[in-house]
Amino acid sequence: MTLPRPNTLVARGLIILLMILTLLPFLSMLSAALAPQGTYPNGLQWPADPQWGNFVRAFEVAKMDQLLLSSFLIVLGVVPISVLLATMAGYGLAKLTTNKYKWLYLIFVFGLTLPFEAVITPLYYEVRAMGLLNTRFAIILPLIGLYMPFGVYWMRAHFLNVPHDLTEAAQLDGASRWKEFWHVQVPLARPAIMSLTILLFLWTWNQFLLPVVLVQDPMQRTMAGALGAFQGQWGTDIPLLCAGALLILTPTILIFLMFQRQFVAALMQGAVKG
Amino acid sequence: MTSAPAAQRQEQRLPQTRGSRKSRKAAWFFVAPAFAFYAAFVLVPLAMSFYYSFLRWDGIGQARFHGITNYVTVLTDPKLLQIIGNAFQLVGYFTVIPVVLGLAVASVIRGHMAGPFGTATRTILFLPQVIPLVAAGIAWSWMFANTGVVNQGLRAIGLSDWARGWLGDFVWALPAVGIIGAWVLLGLCTILLVTGITKIDPSLYEAARLDGARPWHEFIYITLPGLRQEIAVCVTLTVISALASFDIVYIATQGGPGITTMVPGLEIYRLAFAHRQVGLASALAIVLMILVLISIAPIQWFAREKK
Repeated sequence: MTLPRPNTLVARGLIILLMILTLLPFLSMLSAALAPQGTYPNGLQWPADPQWGNFVRAFEVAKMDQLLLSSFLIVLGVVPISVLLATMAGYGLAKLTTNKYKWLYLIFVFGLTLPFEAVITPLYYEVRAMGLLNTRFAIILPLIGLYMPFGVYWMRAHFLNVPHDLTEAAQLDGASRWKEFWHVQVPLARPAIMSLTILLFLWTWNQFLLPVVLVQDPMQRTMAGALGAFQGQWGTDIPLLCAGALLILTPTILIFLMFQRQFVAALMQGAVKG
Repeated sequence: MTSAPAAQRQEQRLPQTRGSRKSRKAAWFFVAPAFAFYAAFVLVPLAMSFYYSFLRWDGIGQARFHGITNYVTVLTDPKLLQIIGNAFQLVGYFTVIPVVLGLAVASVIRGHMAGPFGTATRTILFLPQVIPLVAAGIAWSWMFANTGVVNQGLRAIGLSDWARGWLGDFVWALPAVGIIGAWVLLGLCTILLVTGITKIDPSLYEAARLDGARPWHEFIYITLPGLRQEIAVCVTLTVISALASFDIVYIATQGGPGITTMVPGLEIYRLAFAHRQVGLASALAIVLMILVLISIAPIQWFAREKK
């Protein structure tokens, strides 16, 4: 529809400039990561003798295999339960309650803008009292709670758009509420559930504040938390630090590239609704 | 269950009967687990934050009631006020740069980013949203380092005098941190705005052009009102991430040099766990939460109006 205008060229130019700006920090890390170990690399330049071995060393030093496992376990502990609970509550609030219970929904929504820092201090004492400090559960359990506002908000918005007729048909068949929820509503909600899963996966994988405060051992942390510890320990060895940071980024970027379309869609919807 | 299908159909049609005891029970069954987690790990800690904020407590020994002293300190202590001010200065970078640049790109391109070019654009511009903020902090610490790319670029165009260790500079550290945040949020805002502008009816622009409107007028009278929603979304997201920033500052500067880049989020952490002033940290936490709410409310109101 749009005719090629001189603007198109300007626009492309602008966008290419933005893309270069976006990629520059990654390229600069790569060039530093390939510099000889222990040296102080200089800006962006392809090293004369690229030291790919830095990546191997960073893999060993950072214990990447263990980190991956730890992050994976945390994601596994957080995401499926969060999605299930949020879906149930979203359904309950959208389909089973009247306006009289709007306050319940509003209490959930109140948490949407809450900075995690506002509750981190008491969370520390609470988790310590539960005897979970320095375990992965110190990250898993609070995160489930902290994700409820967004998750419930997200799923309720979906269920509000499901026509009532479907609910009726299922009930005429004599299905119990749970069966109706599980066999009719959940399959229909697949796209919304998928997006929520992607968002929660990303937020969990990248979560930094909770691991820093609640878990000392980097091996029990999320990827982002471990990266923080790695920086604390190797911050002066720029080539190793950059190699380690790039390695830690790789899994997320690979998954992102594989599911690029879904990620972009989820992030956009997440932004608009959140 | 099957005995009264008609009654149940009624129940669906008439919302007021949805509040019947049976469906209320079912509702609780579905909502309660989520609520339990939310209450245990958000509402209860929030209440405790509020309670702590009236105490003088080192986190170990006996706590003493301290009245509103902590709040008075937060709102009068010059250092804490500077820290809160830093967060609002960051809003200038986190919010203004991505929204202005995003609007510029959107209004120039004003069309679908279809095809491989569009996909490549979206993929690349979204990368900063996918990686942990910690990684952005590390990458940019290196960009801003003495021998980093920023200085390399400045020297290349003959501005060697400007080269410096940006994150260690008393004047430039905060803007540098702001640039990191802008970099993270730029792609998301751009894509949101570019997508938003495609939803504006193109005939509006054609009509304007027939009336001899200048591009600037098109922008003011068509693009801006049409993007009201998207702009509100971008502003909301970026303001929250500026006011509640933690990761980037923790990695890039630790709040230094001095307290020139210290933000409330990091100060809460420092006060509570390094300085053992749990009461003061909690008061700052409550103030931060209220500041976020106050800053977001007008944006939401602005977006809803005329809709």
